[in-house]
Amino acid sequence: MSKQINVALIGNPNTGKTSVFNALTGLNQKVGNYPGITVEKKEGVCKLPRGVKAHIIDLPGTYSLNASSLDENVVIELLLNKNDKDFPDVAVVVSDVENLKRNLLLFTQIKDLEIPCILAINMADRMRYKGISLDIDYLEKELKTKIALISTRKKEGIDELKELITNYKELSVEPCLNASEIDPKYFDSLRQAFPNQLLYKLWLVITQDVNFGKTDRKEVEAIASFKTKSKSDLKRLQQKETIKRYQFINNTLKKGQTIDASQAKDLRSKLDKILTHKVWGYVIFFFVLLTIFQAIYDWSSVPMDFIDSTFASLSEWTKDNLPPGTFTNLLSEGIIPGLGGIVIFIPQIAFLFLFIAVLEESGYMSRVVFLMDRGMRRFGLSGKSVVPLISGTACAIPAIMATRNIENWKERLITILVTPFTTCSARLPVYLIIISLVIPEGRFLGLGYQALTLMLLYLIGFGAALVSAMILNKVLRLKSKSFFVVEMPNYKLPLIKNVFLTVIEKTKSFVFGAGKIILAISIILWFLASYGPGDSFNNAEAIVTEQYAAENLSESELHKKIESHKLEHSFIGIAGHAIEPVIRPLGYDWKIGIAIVSSFAAREVFVGTLATIYSVGSDEEETIKNRMAGEINPILGGPLFNFASGISLLLFYAFAMQCMSTLAIVKKETNSWKWPILQLVLMSAFAYVVALIAYQVLI
Amino acid sequence: MQTTVAHLKRGEQGIITDVSSIHIPLKLLEMGCLPGNMVELIQVAPFEDPMYLNINGTHLAIRKETAIHIIIEKIIHE
Repeated sequence: MSKQINVALIGNPNTGKTSVFNALTGLNQKVGNYPGITVEKKEGVCKLPRGVKAHIIDLPGTYSLNASSLDENVVIELLLNKNDKDFPDVAVVVSDVENLKRNLLLFTQIKDLEIPCILAINMADRMRYKGISLDIDYLEKELKTKIALISTRKKEGIDELKELITNYKELSVEPCLNASEIDPKYFDSLRQAFPNQLLYKLWLVITQDVNFGKTDRKEVEAIASFKTKSKSDLKRLQQKETIKRYQFINNTLKKGQTIDASQAKDLRSKLDKILTHKVWGYVIFFFVLLTIFQAIYDWSSVPMDFIDSTFASLSEWTKDNLPPGTFTNLLSEGIIPGLGGIVIFIPQIAFLFLFIAVLEESGYMSRVVFLMDRGMRRFGLSGKSVVPLISGTACAIPAIMATRNIENWKERLITILVTPFTTCSARLPVYLIIISLVIPEGRFLGLGYQALTLMLLYLIGFGAALVSAMILNKVLRLKSKSFFVVEMPNYKLPLIKNVFLTVIEKTKSFVFGAGKIILAISIILWFLASYGPGDSFNNAEAIVTEQYAAENLSESELHKKIESHKLEHSFIGIAGHAIEPVIRPLGYDWKIGIAIVSSFAAREVFVGTLATIYSVGSDEEETIKNRMAGEINPILGGPLFNFASGISLLLFYAFAMQCMSTLAIVKKETNSWKWPILQLVLMSAFAYVVALIAYQVLI
Repeated sequence: MQTTVAHLKRGEQGIITDVSSIHIPLKLLEMGCLPGNMVELIQVAPFEDPMYLNINGTHLAIRKETAIHIIIEKIIHE
């Protein structure tokens, strides 16, 4: 077996590091998580010349080796740990030709760690356009490295980069400046205390703010002969270090880089004038949101209907063509609809991430953060939370996946936790049927009561999300830096390949990550609804036939009665009966109980379940509605679905976490069962209390 | 004229003279917010917060609460 070279891609955010990664690995990449944390780990394989293979890891973007977030910490932990299986044989520092000065800061730090380093200067195609020219020989000599000028957009320089990686052993590992000059005495004592350690590595360990989870730092502090410095002294030293590095970089670039500003054309300032404008900026963002919303709400309904009908006919086909029995039932009623329940989300996920990838790639997302920061800050959310919250109106699943773009963990977690409050499209069928039952048709100021109620429910959803975000922001004690520094990158035309890979990757991560849980729960729910204990379930056919013997029912009517009877006596039916005492104060009976339990699979199942219980064909909404209107409250008499119980149900569905798919995705995105369970318990409890109060007040 | 970045108006420039390292995150220093460098206010959001700056060629947005700790010498164009 030939040896595999470990390559780490490191660089500032917005340098096109991921484009380089995509150019090197293509579809040979996989995305996972670093163990125990929610930081994305991207790795892939690249074929190098002469049959050598490289294992490439795309490290999170960082401006320096001084971590201020979990993502950045991943970079440092890897570079400091020689025993890590991913420890790089060679580091490729990706930088952007327009921001070379700032990008080199990180480069000089990595050089100090004595890791072989290649400097990949990306977006080289923009040099002429920006009036930049570089003296590569001079820079290679001063920076003690090899430089690859690349353009992922024009697909140039990638082969040269591969060549340099293959010959990584020829690279110098000498640092390009001596950082210990900032305080020679301090660094001398450090060297004496730890003669066998790399000096710069020690310095990094001492100055990291984030908890490394390992004993590194304690080991350093435990040595008595070495006196550490106070926190503010350390910070001052770090500042000195940064200044020193910039001095070196400025001197190097003075000779190695010339910029002819008169050649530069400035698209950025023209676009920024409009896109970050106090009024127009918001108007444009509103239209961007509207388009996204339209796509996931409207455009995706076509493929979704197609998926729905395909799986329905597939299920029918299996039932008709396989020998009847438990296995066929499991396949046609459990597994196939369960798979359909996963695949159905793909169009929405793909559309949303298509837009998000374009917004991120083009540089527009940073402008959104700039515009929305002040408004969202008071709720403990990020400017980037706006996109998930709005897309939650279509579906919480892609919305929660979209929170990946929020760097701050606390802001991201809060966004994940509150997004399910927004009124998703699965709530609509429930809302529509109940509104049409209990809200009168009159008008108020030209607006129908029913339409107003629906709008109110949307507002309640947003309100609940924002208020609970505010509460969570106060309650959650999470270590999280709250400072706000957002780079405003140059505008770029998004690379189709990057957008495409993002869409594929997100879809895959949903299908294989959350999909398993969704499939498992749907099979369990199917089992509970299709089986029951005792005679009344197993002899349903005989019992019902006898019961209605005198009425001379048609075959299909009889069939519906049997289905209804079976559901009533299945495990889910029993659960519905069992929770009746709990939900009676809300104005519901056991039939609604069954519908609530089974709609845990997805909210819209509520209507279908009621249709089965009332033994009406589930296709005609009018029929179900008429049947529901005829239901009598078994205890109080009068219609079961009256104003009080209707409002109570609406509010219950507005707040309750009635969606297993959302729970599955929250589990996946937070990497723990703690948050989805907390969400389930708190949201359901809140929904119960509100529905209870509403019913008791209105009755 | 000695002032802070928070007091700049749109389009105005200054040279950074001092940054108080206790209030300024290291990340901002690393992005080029260091004494001697030029800063220009490009755009402000409503209520002048956050502020969109060009510091030494790096374009970034910070909140006003941070901007107030960056001391500058304002450049006055005739």
